[in-house]
Amino acid sequence: MMFDDMSRSRTRRTLSAGGRTLRLLGLDGPLTGVLTMIICIGILVVYSASGQNVKMVEHHLGNIAIAVAAFLALARFATPQILRLAAPGAYAVGVLLLIVVDATGHVGKGAQRWLDIGFIRFQPSEIMKLAVPMICAWYMHERPLPPTFKDLLVMAILIAIPTAMIVTQPDLGTALLIAASGLIVMLLSGLQLQIILLSIPLLSGAAWAGWHYIHDYQRQRLLMFLNPQSDRLGAGYHIIQSQIAIGSGGVFGKGYMHGSQAQLDFLPERSTDFIFAVIGEEFGLLGQLLILTLYGIVIGRALYLAMQGQDTFSRLTGGAIALSFFVYVFVNSGMVSGILPVVGVPLPLISYGGTSMVTIMAGFGILMALHSHRKLVGS
Amino acid sequence: MVRRVRIKDHWGEKRIFTVRSIVAGVVVATLLLSVAARLFYLQVLRYDYYSELSQGNRVRIEPIPPSRGLILDRHGVILAENLPAFQLELVREQVGTPAQLDASLARLVAIGLLDKDDVPSIKRTILSHHVYESVPIKLQLSDEEMAVFAVHRFEFTGIDIRTRLSRHYPFGPLAVHALGYVAAISAQDVQHIDAAAYAGTTLIGKLGVERAYENVLHGTPGFREVLVNAAGRPVEKQGVFRPILKMRPPIAGSDLILSLDVRLQRAAEQGLQGLRGAVVAINPNNGDILALASTPGFDPNEFARGLTNKQYNELQQDIDKPLIDRALRGTYPPGSTVKPFYALAALHFGVMTPDQTIFCPGHYNLPGSRHVYHDWKPAGHGTIAMRRAIAQSCDVYFYQVAEKLGIDRMDEFMGVFGFGRPTGIDIAGEKSGLMPSPAWKRRAYKHAADQIWFPGETLIVGIGQGYMLVTPLQLAHAVAGIAARGREFAPRLVIGERAPGTSKVTMLPVKRQRGITGVTPDQWNVIFDGMEEATQPGGTAVRVQAGAPYKLAAKTGTAQVFSLGKNQKYNVKQVAERLRDHAVFIAFAPADEPKLAVAVLVENGGHGGSTDGPIARRIFDEYLLPDKAAMTANAPTTVKAP
Repeated sequence: MMFDDMSRSRTRRTLSAGGRTLRLLGLDGPLTGVLTMIICIGILVVYSASGQNVKMVEHHLGNIAIAVAAFLALARFATPQILRLAAPGAYAVGVLLLIVVDATGHVGKGAQRWLDIGFIRFQPSEIMKLAVPMICAWYMHERPLPPTFKDLLVMAILIAIPTAMIVTQPDLGTALLIAASGLIVMLLSGLQLQIILLSIPLLSGAAWAGWHYIHDYQRQRLLMFLNPQSDRLGAGYHIIQSQIAIGSGGVFGKGYMHGSQAQLDFLPERSTDFIFAVIGEEFGLLGQLLILTLYGIVIGRALYLAMQGQDTFSRLTGGAIALSFFVYVFVNSGMVSGILPVVGVPLPLISYGGTSMVTIMAGFGILMALHSHRKLVGS
Repeated sequence: MVRRVRIKDHWGEKRIFTVRSIVAGVVVATLLLSVAARLFYLQVLRYDYYSELSQGNRVRIEPIPPSRGLILDRHGVILAENLPAFQLELVREQVGTPAQLDASLARLVAIGLLDKDDVPSIKRTILSHHVYESVPIKLQLSDEEMAVFAVHRFEFTGIDIRTRLSRHYPFGPLAVHALGYVAAISAQDVQHIDAAAYAGTTLIGKLGVERAYENVLHGTPGFREVLVNAAGRPVEKQGVFRPILKMRPPIAGSDLILSLDVRLQRAAEQGLQGLRGAVVAINPNNGDILALASTPGFDPNEFARGLTNKQYNELQQDIDKPLIDRALRGTYPPGSTVKPFYALAALHFGVMTPDQTIFCPGHYNLPGSRHVYHDWKPAGHGTIAMRRAIAQSCDVYFYQVAEKLGIDRMDEFMGVFGFGRPTGIDIAGEKSGLMPSPAWKRRAYKHAADQIWFPGETLIVGIGQGYMLVTPLQLAHAVAGIAARGREFAPRLVIGERAPGTSKVTMLPVKRQRGITGVTPDQWNVIFDGMEEATQPGGTAVRVQAGAPYKLAAKTGTAQVFSLGKNQKYNVKQVAERLRDHAVFIAFAPADEPKLAVAVLVENGGHGGSTDGPIARRIFDEYLLPDKAAMTANAPTTVKAP
């Protein structure tokens, strides 16, 4: 194809040694570069936020190693075909594991989320963060876009099954993220504007019904979001302390490892969900804007790569990965800065904690694979 | 079929995706910008607000307790000071679980450092503090206890010896009732102290000067800002995080200069050794109390050291009541020591002239009454006038004085001398005693029959028995009033304050009281003569004068603990020790220019002259003959006055 020849020749002209290595590994240079930057910043921030806990940093590095391994392996060896064929399997395994967790799951932080299989402990819901958009993309792959009403219904069911199971764990945050990743596929596949408009009253109704269904602590969090001052040392504590940390950082921050809120334990969950506040306190507005910019570049580049996907599955999956990543960033930074309620969503690629890191890097690995292997398909 | 018509349109679908992606990109950018705007709001627009909140969050103000003012005697001898003391302290979180805490305390009991009975209260104290606070569990360890702990130290975690400033009284029990003591702040104390002023302080004045001048001695606490983490625990530094913290040093309490003279005080307490009683010595010219003793006493260092329950109960339940300040709170019938006062009243009101004589047959009847009032001398004093009536303590003479004065005038006159009312001493706790009167009787009794004042009661009051009660302090204050010829001053223990850490002394003004007016110098001389004569051969207080190079004026008294039947004879040997009469004694010297007035009371001491006289003499010698104080010890002991 003419288009392919042109791009190949242009690429060849600018290939350097490093670029050749990236190409060989099936990686996109700009995206890999920015992801590396974010992860490196994350290591530094975790060191500070953990109170200079070397053990935690080592563990964090271990998680990064696993995540990068998954990223590289998927980028190098997976192909759109393999991924598309694997999608129903991944989805089925994910649902199965969720059933196992609901039945026997390991109780962590008061909720059944973890599955302990001897040498490793992980949350099956993490699989769903990738499996749900993939199964939706897989479903739409064979069908013409935009989706028909029946297609939407099928996708809705595919999304609803794991979402409902995760809500009952109970893990409202993750459930919403997974539902969002499925909805993103629906939107990207050309969901009609009328349906979007129509769904607004329906979603409101669902929210009302959901209010009566969710757990007390989740309701508490929502109420707290609406009025954080109401219980200063109680549940509103997270939000207030995090806003104090960010606000007191000012434009330039208090300096690396000089954030009093973080260093003196005022900030709860400072190396995990609230690590963005540590950045705000120690590096100020500039530091946070830098991070947001890097995230913006990642999302933009990922969307750009997704747009280049050569089939529906590649494009929808890639787009969903890019936009899910955005959802994580937005939900976390919005929660930490006080414009969204507190839901347990880590700051992608920076927060301490293995599962989220592995899932996200695996997602980018898939994105890379869909992009770099596109010429092998159909030629 | 409709479905067949809908074939996949590759380019169309790609376009749909591209358009949607671009729209999504715009949405992403908008939302990320909204987060950025929020951050701008927090970090730029509201920076000052959050910056301040963050400061308040992590800095806790920790009080620095001031060091307590010293207490000095009038010559600068230290009576109370602050010494570093070693104490056993425990940090709960370092000890571990509640079970480990119990085990550690049990182990301390086992090696003899704690008393088993005290463990519950120690545990309560520990639990009322934060887990990270160091709580004293045993104050003021002895060398031996330190050694014991050193041997066993390896068995304990979170328990160690710390150095703190503690109150120390170098003379131990000397003047304990005047000085008072300090002890742990109790739940009752907490209700009337300013919590901020006592933050960080563990001891508070409990009695005497320590209590009355608490606000002078205490000082002003300082503070330092302490870096704390979210759990409220002080942290030295956190990694490289090192902020600047403010500090204001505490201002120590002022030192107090007492009117007490350690030498006189010691003489008084040595005199009272082994007895239950009280001595008060007052400078009649300004009200300064030079000695204020009450025995038995106790060692105030024990309180600062922290008494065990057992020790405290022992003190409290001691039959000799060492915790009671007999000088201020012990009330006794004054006995014959009231006679010079009534003699003065008789002159003042003109009911008797100095030389007017009466005949004393050894007993007296009220006109129209068959009731016989005995004299202490069954044979009687014969024909007697005022001076000798005082010197020999003739009861019959004073029965007649009382009858002529009447209870109302007696009440009025004695009130001016301070009987039946507080003396106004500058420490708390003194009792008013009781000056009986018909008005008092109406107040005190419920039934009409009991409220009637009988003429006979006036006679009894006239010789200091019956309802009348005085404290040794009141007696000393009153006799000082005689010595100063009617000028009276509020007795005081504190004469000056010294600013902490300087030699700048502020002397406190003396407090004049109303006193006695309208008594002529000649009339005063009659009383002085009578009291001087009492110390001469033939007088009741002869023993106090024996061998003294200065002239004393004195009056003895005997306070009945229980009443004898009409014709019963009082036999010292037959009466159980604690039912014996109290010995009362007042004196001043030198008689021609009084410098010191003394009141002595010895419970169950029998007669004032024999028991109390020598005690008073030691004090006078110490004061008037500082170089020949040893004389008292050699004074003859065989003189027996009735």
